[in-house]
Amino acid sequence: MSRRTVINIGPYHPLQEEAEFFQLYVEGETVVDVDVRISYNHRGIEKIDESKTFDQVPFVVERVCGICSASHPLAYVQAVEEIAQVEVPERALYLRTIVNELERLHSHMLWVGLAGHFLGYNTVFMWAWKYREPVMDILEIATGSRVTYANCKIGGVRRDMTDEQLKEIGRVCGELVGPLEMLTKAVLDDPVLHARLKNVGILTPEAAKAYGALGPTARGSGLPIDVRRDDPYAAYDRVDWDVVTAPGGDVFGKAVVRLLECFEAIKIIKQCAKDMPPGEIDAKVEEIPPGEGVGHVEAPRGETLHYVRSDGSNRPVRHKIRAPSFNNIPTFKASCIGLQIPDVAITLASVDPCYSCTERMCAVVDADTHKPMYTFADLVRLSQLKTEKLLKGSHRPFPPGGKP
Amino acid sequence: MALKTWALRKSLWVYHVNAGACNNCDIEVLDLLTPRFDIERFGMILVGSPRHADVLAVTGTCTRQAMPRLQEVYMQTAKPCVVLAIGSCALHQGIFAEGYHMGAKVDEAIKAVDPNAIIMYVPGCSPKPEAMIAAAVKAMELLKTL
Amino acid sequence: MTVATTETQAPLKGFVGEVLGALGSAVTEVHQCGDRRGIARIDPARTVEVAGKMLAMEGSRLGTCTGIDVRDGIDVLYHWCFEPAGVVVTLKALAARPELAIDSIANVVLAGNWIEREMHDLLGATFRNHPDMRRLILDDSWPEGVYPLRKDFDQVADRPPLPPNMSPPDVGAEERRAEP
Repeated sequence: MSRRTVINIGPYHPLQEEAEFFQLYVEGETVVDVDVRISYNHRGIEKIDESKTFDQVPFVVERVCGICSASHPLAYVQAVEEIAQVEVPERALYLRTIVNELERLHSHMLWVGLAGHFLGYNTVFMWAWKYREPVMDILEIATGSRVTYANCKIGGVRRDMTDEQLKEIGRVCGELVGPLEMLTKAVLDDPVLHARLKNVGILTPEAAKAYGALGPTARGSGLPIDVRRDDPYAAYDRVDWDVVTAPGGDVFGKAVVRLLECFEAIKIIKQCAKDMPPGEIDAKVEEIPPGEGVGHVEAPRGETLHYVRSDGSNRPVRHKIRAPSFNNIPTFKASCIGLQIPDVAITLASVDPCYSCTERMCAVVDADTHKPMYTFADLVRLSQLKTEKLLKGSHRPFPPGGKP
Repeated sequence: MALKTWALRKSLWVYHVNAGACNNCDIEVLDLLTPRFDIERFGMILVGSPRHADVLAVTGTCTRQAMPRLQEVYMQTAKPCVVLAIGSCALHQGIFAEGYHMGAKVDEAIKAVDPNAIIMYVPGCSPKPEAMIAAAVKAMELLKTL
Repeated sequence: MTVATTETQAPLKGFVGEVLGALGSAVTEVHQCGDRRGIARIDPARTVEVAGKMLAMEGSRLGTCTGIDVRDGIDVLYHWCFEPAGVVVTLKALAARPELAIDSIANVVLAGNWIEREMHDLLGATFRNHPDMRRLILDDSWPEGVYPLRKDFDQVADRPPLPPNMSPPDVGAEERRAEP
């Protein structure tokens, strides 16, 4: 009977914003099992929504998660528009697309920065978050807020964009291409990053399908699923773009998918800004008849699915919210097994867990032995130390790719 | 004591706690570290353990599950410390106040373990990073007087 | 694409029609059969068989499940997504009163594991043979038998009382507080 130790990660640590608590079972230096329990962030939003009117709900659900703040309200209003069989004006579809792609852009850049920090590349962290700021600025110009946009309503959008704003959006996105290419090259060309990310935390395509993995977590394992292409919504079937996948299922693949999706997002935003049709932005929906609807959108982390049931009154009877991380987090059982402890931090981060969406935490399980606990900060430090060792061995300057 | 508060004036170490937040405020807190806002020029850094912290930046509504952990973290934080309750959720649980999974409000939870806790409130949903910097500067000024 | 509120059978056609047709007699009512959405009721005794058939279909995955407290019991809705067809088929199985129980699909569909735990926590539905039915989403101090998503639970009035301060004794706190 081999000795198993339990390493508790969490509940609080400086760089991963939400409170979550994983339990890793380790034999020696190798992970043999993972348990995750959730409930720190459970705020009872589905129940709260049953006491709100249909048009109040978007304001509640955009606070389900700060980084998917545009995706949740859009999925909800699409579900209700399905019930009411509303035809959303074309201009509103384009406006929705712009905000959602800007969100994808800033979310992926945020992830690249966090990943850089976990690996000890703090300049990547500073770079990525510095170049993310112009995106936050244009979101503020377009919607009035950096983080909670309140742009969707049932039947359209609440706020229009002027031609100057659209031109500014196009200009800022164009200027982002250079820094993004720099970041992408820094990841793709760096042999130490290859050593840290390739063949680490592999999620096989079979496991990804079995767990219902979504978004870059699934596309990084080669599964070509993307709601924007498969069940098009907003203006995604009216603009030209590609779905990005990567084979291999390792952290490197997921990083590549996220970086390349930034370029696709810029492509989509520029087309929408250029081809913005004139017209109304709101179908002015008066009543929601009885019925049921499903709305799903491709949030930065994967498919967000909302189900709404209405009975003809002005409040939803039931509103189910399923965020992408709910399906992605259980894949740790498949991707963390067999990992060495210094690789845990980056593997956990590779799924880009949006804990708020999924209300994460961890179950405390009895341990047979009492071992000193590693906090997540310790795991991040172990990961950074591993990179330092590899860099010393490769005699490269730290970090490669130019000055910040 | 004067030496300690003089030392505090120069650099503030901030420990960030998420007590059931949606992540908006948390991302903006992290944004403070980045080149645009650069809180390090004030000598403020985010630390990895509450035992080294002068400021406890709390975001979130304080759900039932997070409440005892928040209190635990507060107890571990070196005193004197200032609690920055950031965002509408930390002030009064925001739109989630009616939710069934809510614990006590952040300030009530902390005052339950330390009635003399110093709590500063930063309103907004989420407050802009500039507002958080203003709050942190006020916290520095406040700690000077202790 | 209107949702039928009576028990009329919508005719089967298109991709959704093929999916529902392949389930055979497990489907008891078809409420909607559009080009991108389907809603049907299945026999609650055959959830595992249906889940297996759905998973075996090309391009399918379990999106999520919704539990709803209805007059006759707890309605468990399975939302199956298909790529690249871009279709969502919702299958409803009623866990009737008083047992409020149906067979778990978690042994067949890994994606069903967590969502069934969530429905158990919030609605009190029982999923027979679930491999790991532990509390998932409510906190440790939440009392057993209180199901917040049920229609008779008022989120403000029926909230369980907060536990008393659960912090462990802070060893050394007195010394630190006494420090100059």
